[in-house]
Amino acid sequence: MIIVRTDSIFYWLCLICAALAGLLMLGFFVQLSLSSAATWREFGLGFLFSRDWDPVANHFGALPSIVGTLCTTVIALLIAIPLAFAAALFLVDAPPLIAGVLSHAIDLLAAIPSVIYGMWGLFVLAPIMQEHVQPVMVDVLRLHRLPLLGRFVGEYFNGFGILTAGIILAIMVLPYICAILRDVIRMTPPMLRESAYGIGCTRWETAKDILLRYGIRGVLGGIFIGLGRALGETMAVLFVIGNLMDMPEDIFSGATTIAATLANNFAEADGLQRSALFALGLVLLLMSFAIQVAAQYYLHATSARRGESRS
Amino acid sequence: MATKISARNLSFFYGSHQALFDNCLDIEERRVTAVIGPSGCGKSTHLRIYNRIFELYRDQRASGELLIDGVNILTPQIDVLELRRKVGMIFQKPTPFPMSVFDNIAYALKLHFKLPRKELQQRVEQALRAASLWDEVKDKLKSSGLALSGGQQQRLCIARAIAVEPEILLMDEPTSAIDPVATLKIEELMLDLKEKYTIVVVTHNMQQAARVSDNTAFFFQGHIIEDGPTARIFTNPKQKKTEEYITGRFG
Repeated sequence: MIIVRTDSIFYWLCLICAALAGLLMLGFFVQLSLSSAATWREFGLGFLFSRDWDPVANHFGALPSIVGTLCTTVIALLIAIPLAFAAALFLVDAPPLIAGVLSHAIDLLAAIPSVIYGMWGLFVLAPIMQEHVQPVMVDVLRLHRLPLLGRFVGEYFNGFGILTAGIILAIMVLPYICAILRDVIRMTPPMLRESAYGIGCTRWETAKDILLRYGIRGVLGGIFIGLGRALGETMAVLFVIGNLMDMPEDIFSGATTIAATLANNFAEADGLQRSALFALGLVLLLMSFAIQVAAQYYLHATSARRGESRS
Repeated sequence: MATKISARNLSFFYGSHQALFDNCLDIEERRVTAVIGPSGCGKSTHLRIYNRIFELYRDQRASGELLIDGVNILTPQIDVLELRRKVGMIFQKPTPFPMSVFDNIAYALKLHFKLPRKELQQRVEQALRAASLWDEVKDKLKSSGLALSGGQQQRLCIARAIAVEPEILLMDEPTSAIDPVATLKIEELMLDLKEKYTIVVVTHNMQQAARVSDNTAFFFQGHIIEDGPTARIFTNPKQKKTEEYITGRFG
């Protein structure tokens, strides 16, 4: 009897723990919705598309924060994904000693507190960007009027801004993406790799056409973990983004992200501004959700197309 | 009959462990040569030298000479990608690429040839016909290669290998993961394909070796004990070990 009772206690304990996650999630939504109700009443969906953030006039718009968040995240992923993929490819085939040391080094990047990244960004990366990287980019991309890229590069720069924040984020998400890609590549059946090489593929062709396709689920999973982290990262971004409540004009512009706006403004906010900040929080949560759902949907669609359901 | 492949004192090492010892073997052009022997005797290892696929692994090394049309392919000057086009390989399990039936073959073609769309389609069809798979898949070229049955997948891999106009086909126990009916189809296919290609097949199945091969080589513990026409090896082996193996006394 006693065994049965402890067993059922264990069962209920587990159930409560599992349910807690769901309840917390629900709680976040409810609380954010309630606290931001005033903002939605005042501005409606226009809140999402308004560029102004003016506490004096009591007018608030989310667009600069949303755009800043998306831009930094996209830049971070554009940099981190190729780097992580290349590093993962190397690590899988490298001699064990080198692979071991480098793998640990990359994994340790994830253990560095984000405030350290922020300080490093402020004191090391930003000056390097200002003195060496941005002038070259202006020279190469803007002055030569490269059709597409040239448009994203501004005339003015001071080392801070969207690009610098994107680079910091890229370094921060790199270990997550790299670790997962490494596993994906390792789990590809050796025979499949061999048959790619056997038909005359180079290493690069095998990697991009066979390994990446075969492990697409894992690859996307890794990317979305990185994406989620980049979206919500606050501290490191705060140091280098410039914290300007303006629409960014180019990748050198100072800007803000949702997370940075929240961290910067909560202390002295009240009334409608406070509610607007909660509304921003809700937007961030929904963005993360939307990405998760899109990812799930995409995975489902690709697995159906690849015929995995049958094999 | 012309010799297509000629192994001269071929040895092979996994790290410090020697797996093959001075293998000498001539393989005739446009014939099926079966490589038989008990598990771990080195027959797959031997085959994997022919397209230098072993080089993917850091600690694996071959010594000696392997002549294809008189050229030693183990020298560094050889273009490995071109070698692997000329020497196709079929594996123990079907290995369709994670893409459509059409793309499985078109992908291989595009690696080696620049073809206009129209010709690409023709070549894909030719390859599928040559692997006697066309009639079964012509209505589902766009569906995934992974959705085919095991036997169809293996014939898809054969089609993929022959699409790039190889001269030699290496088959490493091609039917070991496939049901008997599908196995029969692949054996028939091998008899068709030897009109155009030199085929070397590693097999565990002695009936299969007897059914499909013209010549047989018997491997034991990394040595080639005996090789010659299949009919003679199976009816009148010269070595005692060979006789013991084919009569099922070990292996």
